[in-house]
Amino acid sequence: MKESLGVYDYWPYEDRPKLEWPNGARVAFWVAPNIEFYELDPPDNPHRKAWPQPSPAVPGYAIRDYGNRVGHRRQMALLDKYGIRGSVSLSVALCEHHPEIIDMCRERDWELFSHGIYNTRYTYGMSEAQERTMIRDAMESIHRHTGQKCAGYLAPALSHSERTLDLFAEVGSELFGDEGGFYTCDLFHDDQPTPVSVRNGKRFISVPYSLEMNDTIVYTVNKVEPRHYATMLKRHFDRLYEEGAESGTVMCIPTHNYQVSCPHRIKALEEALEYITGHDGVWLATGREIAEHYLAHHYDTAVADIERRKGGAQ
Amino acid sequence: MSLDDRYFEYPWRRHGYDHDRYDWTMLADRPPVTWPGGKRLAVWVNLSLEFYPLNQRGEPFKVPNGMKMPYPDLRHFTLRDYGNRVGVFRCLKAFDRYGVRPTVAINSQLARDTPYLTRRLLERDTELLCHGWNMDHLHYGGQDPREEREQVKRSLDTLNQLAGRPVRGWLSPARNQSWHTPDLLAEHGVEYCADWVNDDMPYPFRTDHGPLTMMPLPTEIEDQFVIGQNLHSEDSWVEQVQDAVDFLAGEAAEQGGRMLGLSLHPWLIGQPHRIACLEAVLEQLSRRDDVWLATAGEILDAFNTQTRSER
Repeated sequence: MKESLGVYDYWPYEDRPKLEWPNGARVAFWVAPNIEFYELDPPDNPHRKAWPQPSPAVPGYAIRDYGNRVGHRRQMALLDKYGIRGSVSLSVALCEHHPEIIDMCRERDWELFSHGIYNTRYTYGMSEAQERTMIRDAMESIHRHTGQKCAGYLAPALSHSERTLDLFAEVGSELFGDEGGFYTCDLFHDDQPTPVSVRNGKRFISVPYSLEMNDTIVYTVNKVEPRHYATMLKRHFDRLYEEGAESGTVMCIPTHNYQVSCPHRIKALEEALEYITGHDGVWLATGREIAEHYLAHHYDTAVADIERRKGGAQ
Repeated sequence: MSLDDRYFEYPWRRHGYDHDRYDWTMLADRPPVTWPGGKRLAVWVNLSLEFYPLNQRGEPFKVPNGMKMPYPDLRHFTLRDYGNRVGVFRCLKAFDRYGVRPTVAINSQLARDTPYLTRRLLERDTELLCHGWNMDHLHYGGQDPREEREQVKRSLDTLNQLAGRPVRGWLSPARNQSWHTPDLLAEHGVEYCADWVNDDMPYPFRTDHGPLTMMPLPTEIEDQFVIGQNLHSEDSWVEQVQDAVDFLAGEAAEQGGRMLGLSLHPWLIGQPHRIACLEAVLEQLSRRDDVWLATAGEILDAFNTQTRSER
């Protein structure tokens, strides 16, 4: 075990090279719907229990199924209304289980990125070869079902190994060269994209995916009232919009169709989307678009600035 | 370090679900259902009457809202008992005031041991759901099948006998089930179950003994979840129910009838400082002309009459 993660360097938020988004936007805004499949009877993982009860864990399974049966369409209708294309963090087994949802995402040119096979299969305890196989399966599934060269990763149920990012980058290179496997959503250390070092030396970055704004964290961990979630989202946006005048920022709303789309909660998301999309300086983007723009225009400058400031230079 | 090969096998990775209990369909794609009188949203108010034993076994887990302290946990035992002695009558008064007929999910042991309460409910012609034996008699994966069969049978026989008629609905304690629970329910004459919270409409559910109808009774909006577990204010709960009703009625206008089961616990909402919030919710519901306030059985009948003739 390592004392520190060691995949990115300390890089202070102040005085960074100016980040410029297309058309002078201040905030690159993206919505990342997690579309997940949880198994009713998952195999045991020695390091983490999938459900608090013995299988069948009806309460936990059923509400997540609600997300796909009922919630997804509500959320999709809202994103359509505000001209937002989702960047889907996908349990890729959903391509087999619920291809109708995948088709709707494709028709809208939504991005699909890997969130593992099932959200009840954890990375913990996997050998490197096993994790590589799982990552490859996921990227190949997305490609087979949608033709997309998977660019991003959010580890299943946020379960990681020390090698997760390396393996994702490597499998991406093997399958798609530089066109796949180049950003991660697993790091929560910044409000701007940052370079991340991976074993194969690839140009690889982190795209901010906020756990603080993540509906599941908000509703189930922090137990926030629905209408207050709307307030939090607006405040979060306001500050990033203000700071974005100086240098571009990223705001992500990670969602789960079984949380945001409940009838007593969906208004909070709608209010926030209405508010955010009502601002001129907002770039409605996907995770991949943000990553590609950053890699093309800002990655090299960032690497140089990080190198320059490593020793404490102002 | 590595995991067993089985961890990388996906035997159920196929179209539909990883089980055969019900079909995969998205709510938005189903033929619209219409409710009597052209109402948009069918609402059933469920009151859960529960007995939490002091000598809780916690098998295979401690039921939410059960005993938490070392034995004897007088604190939680009596607070829950408060609901059946005091809170329930405050709730019934509130229902009467706004003309709402609740459906009552009751533990069969409680129905047997509190004859006054059971008689009061039956006098009011209340629709009863069987809520299992008591809150410490969970149904769960790995449970001895003979034990569970006896538990289901005893719960239903007891309540049927007290009610003088077969009970139509079932709500498992903590909504937990074994792999066999739905089969046992259908075998013993249950028509609908409220355990699976995966829809905003009733839907057909397969068992070894013919179809059950699943009537989802959502956890996420119920009093004990919003106020008790999430610690939201009572006023916020009122707003949340209002937001849910507004949204579902709006969706129904475009897509066909919707259903909301609103589950209540008298030990929580029946407290003097909270009851006005229940009244506010009931008042709003009773004023809306797009809401059909019905019992679960009435909604079940309207749904099945319509969808079975279309099938």
